Amino acid sequence: MAQVSLRKLVKEYEGGVQAVKGIDLDIEDEEFVVLVGPSGCGKSTTLRMIAGLEEITSGEIAIGGDVVNDIPPRDRDIAMVFQNYALYPHMSVYDNISFGLKLRGFTREEIKRRVDNAARILGIGELLERKPKALSGGQRQRVAMGRAIVRDPKVFLFDEPLSNLDAKLRVQMRTEIKQVHQTVRTTTVYVTHDQVEAMTLADRVVVMNHGVIEQVGPPNELYRNPATIFVAGFIGSPAMNMIPARLEQAGGGGLMVQLGEGLSVPVPEERTARYAPHANRDLLFGIRPEHLTEATRIDKQNLAPLTVKLDVIEPMGMETLVHFHIDGTSVCGRVDPAAGAEAGVRMALAAHMEHMHLIDKGSGKVL
Amino acid sequence: MAEAAVANRDYPRVYGKVGSLHRERAWALRWAYVSLILASIIFLAPPFYMLVTSIKTNVEMADQSLNPWIVRNPTLEHYWAILSNPIFLTFFKNSIIVTILVVSVTMVISVLAAFALSRMRFWGSQVLATGVFLTYLVPDTLLFIPLYQIVGGLGLLNSIWGLVLVYPTLTVPFCTWIMIGYFASIPKELDEAALIDGATWPQMLTKIFIPVALPGIIAATIFAFTVSWAAFVYPTAFITRPDQMPLTIGIVSQLVRGDTFAWGQIMSGALIAALPPVVVYVFLMDYYIAGLTAGATKG
Amino acid sequence: MAPDGSAKAITQPVARGPRGRSPGVSSLERLARRRSSIAFLMTLPLILVIAGLVAYPAAWAIYLSTLNRRMRANIGFDNYLILLESESFRMIIWQSCFFAITAVLLKALIGFWLAHMLHHIPTRGQRKWRGMLLIPWVIPPALSTLGWWWMFDPSYSSINWIINVFGFPSVPWLGQPWWARISVIMVNVWYGAPFFMIMYLAALKSVPEQLYEAASIDGATSWQRLRFITLPMMQNIISITVLFSLIVTFANYDIVRVLTNGGPRDTTHLFATYAFQVGILSGNLPRGAAVSLFMLPILAVAAFFILRGVTRRTKEIA
Repeated sequence: MAQVSLRKLVKEYEGGVQAVKGIDLDIEDEEFVVLVGPSGCGKSTTLRMIAGLEEITSGEIAIGGDVVNDIPPRDRDIAMVFQNYALYPHMSVYDNISFGLKLRGFTREEIKRRVDNAARILGIGELLERKPKALSGGQRQRVAMGRAIVRDPKVFLFDEPLSNLDAKLRVQMRTEIKQVHQTVRTTTVYVTHDQVEAMTLADRVVVMNHGVIEQVGPPNELYRNPATIFVAGFIGSPAMNMIPARLEQAGGGGLMVQLGEGLSVPVPEERTARYAPHANRDLLFGIRPEHLTEATRIDKQNLAPLTVKLDVIEPMGMETLVHFHIDGTSVCGRVDPAAGAEAGVRMALAAHMEHMHLIDKGSGKVL
Repeated sequence: MAEAAVANRDYPRVYGKVGSLHRERAWALRWAYVSLILASIIFLAPPFYMLVTSIKTNVEMADQSLNPWIVRNPTLEHYWAILSNPIFLTFFKNSIIVTILVVSVTMVISVLAAFALSRMRFWGSQVLATGVFLTYLVPDTLLFIPLYQIVGGLGLLNSIWGLVLVYPTLTVPFCTWIMIGYFASIPKELDEAALIDGATWPQMLTKIFIPVALPGIIAATIFAFTVSWAAFVYPTAFITRPDQMPLTIGIVSQLVRGDTFAWGQIMSGALIAALPPVVVYVFLMDYYIAGLTAGATKG
Repeated sequence: MAPDGSAKAITQPVARGPRGRSPGVSSLERLARRRSSIAFLMTLPLILVIAGLVAYPAAWAIYLSTLNRRMRANIGFDNYLILLESESFRMIIWQSCFFAITAVLLKALIGFWLAHMLHHIPTRGQRKWRGMLLIPWVIPPALSTLGWWWMFDPSYSSINWIINVFGFPSVPWLGQPWWARISVIMVNVWYGAPFFMIMYLAALKSVPEQLYEAASIDGATSWQRLRFITLPMMQNIISITVLFSLIVTFANYDIVRVLTNGGPRDTTHLFATYAFQVGILSGNLPRGAAVSLFMLPILAVAAFFILRGVTRRTKEIA
């Protein structure tokens, strides 16, 4: 099948607005890559350039080794699933799925074989005679995927395919998309603004912002080691806490992070060498809510205790989110529902320092 | 009604007026029906009277002592007379030929143009779209004198071909305008999906746009049909030979003579001539109305 | 999993596109240019109709109106001046304005009233009533006016018969200037009011019901709801419809031609029928063109405001 590679890809609209500012990306054969970022970050434009629906201002796109810059969409051998599904309202499900094959001159038997196969994979065999109007959102979504599958293209492109579904159906369809990919193993580029979707679906996640790629990597890698302040804040929900802090020398060659008045936490020993050059600077101290929790949940050597006054608590069932302030910054922690958290009460928490990050405010880089 | 009670909420007695809301609403409804019945009587009286006249005997029509709105001895003699009149059948044939040609030409021109204008941005496309709308606002009575000369110059005066040439000025602008509106309402993703599925521009038009915008196509076709069937100024100006006349001018100029007792035939002829647009209207009312309101609500 | 032969056959020849980055821009430009020329070809018939059968004749009419009767010499604005000096043409200007304004106002008021009444009754019945009330608009006006003519007949008038039943004297409908003017307006209103009704009904239906509910809760009376919600929301459609109808009514020909043919004593002539009489029947094409061109300023003003209204409405919808 096919790799997709983007080289110094630029999209500039009339009036000089750059939506995509020279990105490089290599997508492996059979890989499932998710482009994620806030609206206007250039992810959809990138996808549409791969599809051939937007002209490329400069740079190069290659699919399966062939440069496709000047090739119209129909000859790129790609299939796309749109946000609003774009089903042809006047055609039955069968005709919708087979339209691309018919235009390409496949025989009637071959078309039937392929449509039946796709319908079996997606479980829409019963719906083939219906019109799109008579389908539910999830069914429409499956038909749109069927239209992509039958073509057996080199690449699947998904443009926010789940954002028109309700929350429950979205989770269900997410699993189905993943299953379909595991069945057909077609190289897939998937665009979404939802970081949960990105994390759950992707082999590799590409985080974009303002037309550039912030970071590329497997979901857990991005979660554990974000490269920039943007990725750190974008991936994960609730978002990573970022507290203005000062890195200071402590006795015995160690480092301390000073969080406002009288509150400081020690940097783990193995990180001392890495952070030493940044001593005595104003930085951002980053830590995820699940790493601000009861001391009993953290192993002793990486534990930094802090006692805080809780402002608001949000029971989530599986755990409870606690909100408090550190030196004017709102901070979120995550505790066991049985821990007895209550608004207005002081609670002893601890930071899991093994998972701390230090971020350079100026460059936005995670140190 | 509801608002009366709400507006006067400062006055406690309002709360005692249970049921007044219901009564007021009932009166409003009655008043609405009275208005509608009155309007229907007035609106339908002329066609009704035409029908009454067309089935009256000449003797009955001449008797001024009788109620003219009632028929005592209905007869179809006027219909037989008009339908066996060869010149009337010629009018009918001319109307059919002109209308079919004009409707086909109009739909081809306007669907092609509307597709290009709504989907393929090109130099001057905005200006052209505005131009289409402005052209629609130019009435035929402003153009018939210069067109008389132009049609005359082409040697097409006194010929139905002259009408086929000029009628598109009545139909094309509006049909194009509403088709632009209908095509523009088709989501852009649909053409993108078709592009990726491998459709060429002509395929996209015939396999996606025309079927999806079918209600609009029907509405535009109905409009073109009714307009060219009812056209009056151009045939009056360009045609004086009875054998080339369409129905409208044919009936008005050839059947109307000084003789009072031709009325039975005139009315039956007029009713037969009015029948095609009325039948289209009865069967395709929703499309007809959609086309009518599209000019202002779409586009 | 490889696509079968037929798909490949289409894909491959094109896929051997130019490699490298330099040729990209030029061939994209070529593609765009090609799309432009296809689009131009598709609009060409439309352009020909507009240019050849509307724009050119309109320009020709202006030139024609500066010629003398035999079309041999250019006499400048003399045709216009001669017309303006003639007493009878000044009356035609007056009659055209009186006819158009009165008829449009009546059509708008009746149309608005009926639309409101229709909107009031249960939705089930609306279709039936609407279908009946639109009939006058559906019959070709030249033909329905024949029916009116017969109803106005001096000796057999069925309208006079009804009037007599109520004890009033017969009315000389088409025989006296003022009655003839009223008759022409009546027929035009009868023909055009349903159109206004349909337009206003569509506009009424586009006002969200919640606005009325919110207004009721805010304490608005039915008059206040009409004044502060319905009318502002419909303002655009009302003005588009009125202006559009003003153009069509000013340019009316059929009704006067069939009903009075301008009589009695040219008192019911409109620009269009007079232009026809002068230009086609009396054979003075240049002066006929000048007569019809008197409509132009009114049309231009109305067209300007319509276009503005439509653009605004398009923006509202978008």
